[in-house]
Amino acid sequence: MLPTLAGVAVLVFVLMRVLPGDVVELRFAGESSFASKAALDLERRRLGLDAPLWRQFARWIGGLVRLDFGRSLWTGGPISREIALRFQLSLEVAVLATAVAVLLAVPLGLVAAVRQDTWVDYAVRLFSIAGLAVPSFWLGILLILGLLVAFGWLPPIEFTPVYVSPWRNLAQLVWPALAVGYRYSAVATRMMRSAMLEVLREDYVRTARAKGLWPRLVLWRHAVRNAMLPVFTVIVLEFAFLIGGLVVTEQVFNLNGLGLLFVESIAHRDYTLTQALVLLVAVITVLANFVADLVYAWLDPRIRYA
Amino acid sequence: MRRIAAALLALLVLGLPPARADEEPRRGGELVFVVPSEPPSYDAHREETFGLIHPLAPFYSLLLRIDPTDPKGARIVGDVAESWTESRDHLTYTFKIRRGLTVHDGQPLTARDVKASYDHIIFPGPGVTSSRKGAYVAFESVTAPDDRTVVFRLRWPAAAAQALLASPWNFIYSAGKLAEDPHWYETHINGSGPFVFVEHVRGSHILGRRNPRYGYPGLPYLDGFRATFVKSDSAQIAAIRGGRAMAQFRGVSPGEREQLQKALGAEVRVQESPWDCANWIAMNHDRKPFDDRRVRRALTLAIDRYEMASALSKITIVRDVAGVQVPGTEYATPPAALETIAGYGRDIARSRAEARRLLREAGVAEGFRFTLKNRGIAHPYEPIGVYLIDQWRRVGLDVTQEIIEPAAYFSTIRAGDFEVAVDFQCGYLVEPDLDLYKFQSADVSDANYARYRDPVLDDLYRQQSRATDKAARARIVRAFERRLVDEEAHYLMTLQWHRIIAQRRQLRGWYITPSHYVNQQLDTVWLSE
Repeated sequence: MLPTLAGVAVLVFVLMRVLPGDVVELRFAGESSFASKAALDLERRRLGLDAPLWRQFARWIGGLVRLDFGRSLWTGGPISREIALRFQLSLEVAVLATAVAVLLAVPLGLVAAVRQDTWVDYAVRLFSIAGLAVPSFWLGILLILGLLVAFGWLPPIEFTPVYVSPWRNLAQLVWPALAVGYRYSAVATRMMRSAMLEVLREDYVRTARAKGLWPRLVLWRHAVRNAMLPVFTVIVLEFAFLIGGLVVTEQVFNLNGLGLLFVESIAHRDYTLTQALVLLVAVITVLANFVADLVYAWLDPRIRYA
Repeated sequence: MRRIAAALLALLVLGLPPARADEEPRRGGELVFVVPSEPPSYDAHREETFGLIHPLAPFYSLLLRIDPTDPKGARIVGDVAESWTESRDHLTYTFKIRRGLTVHDGQPLTARDVKASYDHIIFPGPGVTSSRKGAYVAFESVTAPDDRTVVFRLRWPAAAAQALLASPWNFIYSAGKLAEDPHWYETHINGSGPFVFVEHVRGSHILGRRNPRYGYPGLPYLDGFRATFVKSDSAQIAAIRGGRAMAQFRGVSPGEREQLQKALGAEVRVQESPWDCANWIAMNHDRKPFDDRRVRRALTLAIDRYEMASALSKITIVRDVAGVQVPGTEYATPPAALETIAGYGRDIARSRAEARRLLREAGVAEGFRFTLKNRGIAHPYEPIGVYLIDQWRRVGLDVTQEIIEPAAYFSTIRAGDFEVAVDFQCGYLVEPDLDLYKFQSADVSDANYARYRDPVLDDLYRQQSRATDKAARARIVRAFERRLVDEEAHYLMTLQWHRIIAQRRQLRGWYITPSHYVNQQLDTVWLSE
């Protein structure tokens, strides 16, 4: 885990410095004609951007060791606060979208496999292929237009925490969760279907059936549990992606989430914030994989005993 | 010794706002508007984005302000200044500060606060960045001889002095806070404006509530406002359409205007104005053949600006053919005179024949290839770039457009890493000093991306800047314009931007001006329902 994070830290630090432009130029050479080169140099000094790269890197890593992410070069605010503000929303969207995806994917994939090559299977496959083909943000735009045209209503454009108003919170987040969850469910449905088909052809399933076990028991106890392994991998990886990857969907629904913060931090050349966000996503991805490994062991005793 | 130059204005000040009395304003309600950009810090003296002005101007007062009811956005009236005089030699401006003003923290607002604020802008201390310090080179000192008097002393007469003191960026801060920490206002809000700061949730919104102790009795009309940050254009339009917001005060495109009008009918009200912003084309004088003025003139001659205006105004935020000043304003060249400038003639065939002749004379071969670097912003940069490519192709030039990510745009053009690039200029007031500053020689103006040195142009700028007679100043501005875009063709003007504001019907008392930086204090705004 640590070597991975160290590699990510070096990589993002270097990549940000390779990009043309810097936060000072963007901020002061923008709309006014009067910002002088001297003013720009002064600001660079103030932000520590005039220091040699190795010193900037050492300062950053030193802060990380003390769990201090530093301050945003753009806003001057503590990075931990900038991230905490958005993390709650992103996490909530990810959880809701995952719930939508799981609730759709598991039954649909199961039914499609059990009823292979029937109209049910074809319908599920059509539904999931459409989900893969339709970008989430486009579906989001359709949802917004549909709500506007049909009901003259738009979801709230500001985030309300669930503990302040659960209804308002849900009224804003359920739509992006549906848009994202649908695409997410399409991936998981197809994985569920193919995993189920494979498992249903296994010897132990045939044996269980031959023993005269009740078909529903065969399905749930012997087939589904084994088929869930690859499906769970997909769910976990997608969940990690959703935390920081919903850039366009967040724009469409005006969600103040990590994806949008990510893009803005890069657009502002806010080195410290981008570095912190990349590391955060790396940590989440590593942790998600770790959780997946633990769940594999729980689902499949062979892994536990290996 | 001093002549009274503003007695009439002082009367106007006392009566501010000189509202357009369509209807009796209604009290109460919360104005919700969307802002496409968010302020990095809260300090207007250092920031440059309208994203700071729109949500934060309601918290602050200015010394002078642009009259919120003047559609030309040119009439200057007092804000904390009750009256002012200008000395006969135009070197001293003396302001009387209104009585009974208080800062939101309860402290009285005095001349000391005005002085401290202007010192912060014009003479920033060590480690303090003031973005617009360069605009105040004529200002020698600011003094506050007593609590109600502020005196600005100039080194030389400056035609733009009052305009510079009416800058929407010049929030009046508390002298005490600035003395404690000159960076205090980067992270705190404490003004004397019509609204008091309530909260800022980063990435989400800024909230203000009515200031009961606002200096103008009876104002503001609103109970409060909510500035919601919405970055995506389509989400902004959806917010207005869905009733989540009442306006976006920067501007929308013609397509978005039509979309809202079609969806909302009489529920939406549209205001339009020429916009004090324009896209200019910088031709890099350090790169051949753009060091040759014949080539630069050929590039401007090739453009049919009238056809361009007709075509592009349907799809993007440009409309008027213009010189260096917003059409119809005090120092703008009238249309007939404009037509005598290279590239502004009505006979485009003749202009293009001349362009081809100049290119031949300069040794530029048919099919000469160059790259136009453009900023990756949809409106109006990209349509302008596409149109120019077509126009230059008609005189035998082969142009490729390279779209640069907005974040990398300034570093690219400031470093001179381009042949021809789309540049822009925006101002808060149509005022030659503000609008022409960038076009001085590169060793004078850091925003001169075409990288030329032209002492004649610099001298003309200086002359107009110090001209105290308006007619004389207009003549010098014309001479500057002719040298800049015709004789030397250092820069090439495309079209004046056109500002379109689509607002919900119930939003009243807000009038469009040519600048998206002014008229945002919101004290005269009210809601009809």
